[in-house]
Amino acid sequence: MESEFLKKDKLLLIKITEEIDHHSTEKIRRMVDNEITRYMPRKVLFDFGKVSFMDSAGIGMIIGRYKTANMLGGTVEMTNVKPSIKKIFEMSGVLKIIPVVKSA
Amino acid sequence: MKGLYENEMKLEFLSKSNNEAFARITVAAFAAQLDPTIEELADIKTAISEAVTNSIIHGYENMEGKIKIVAKIFDNTIEVEVSDSGKGIENVEMARKPLYTSKPNLERSGMGFTIMESFMDEVYIESVLGLGTKVTMKKVIEKQAEFDKDKQLEVVGANSI
Repeated sequence: MESEFLKKDKLLLIKITEEIDHHSTEKIRRMVDNEITRYMPRKVLFDFGKVSFMDSAGIGMIIGRYKTANMLGGTVEMTNVKPSIKKIFEMSGVLKIIPVVKSA
Repeated sequence: MKGLYENEMKLEFLSKSNNEAFARITVAAFAAQLDPTIEELADIKTAISEAVTNSIIHGYENMEGKIKIVAKIFDNTIEVEVSDSGKGIENVEMARKPLYTSKPNLERSGMGFTIMESFMDEVYIESVLGLGTKVTMKKVIEKQAEFDKDKQLEVVGANSI
């Protein structure tokens, strides 16, 4: 996982570089929550371009981060979401609260 | 003796979360002999990952136990059984419901069985309280059109003339 905070836009970029499952989400969750509470971003943008696999653990992971960001006044968006990953987000209704946007 | 199956493999491993990737990759490698599409392979990997994660989190509640996978191939169908000797599911019907989770505090989405059911063609759940759970899933891998390959060759041939 790589992260970058753009001060001007109060944008926190999170690039996930590993497969997302129950095993990896524990680490991702801890690291992202750390970054969110540290920077209090206006927006958190998750980049899924490097994610080669995701199961339902990704749903809980992103909703959990949405809750953290929201509590601190921020929103969450996703980008570079492959069809196989989008299918899982669609099934769970996540896309209604966390939209997929075109990459910057 | 001619067996019922054309091929079969068995796998047994500890209920550690870092085996989730090992399990899905191994089953996908076994399924590869049916020549699935990338999408079908992704579906199988996801379904296996869900079943194994359920055994780890719910079956064994993160204590150490053994998870078994038996995968069989016959014709163009792959059948995969994922079983544990964990605590079992109290209410299977409830567990199958989308968004139902017995562990919301763990950020579980409750989509595990729903994903298995929509990514595989058939899903059976057998569970006995105190004894464990066995999930059996089947997926038919559509024969990839040989026709398309021939057609492609024809086109290539035509172009080279």
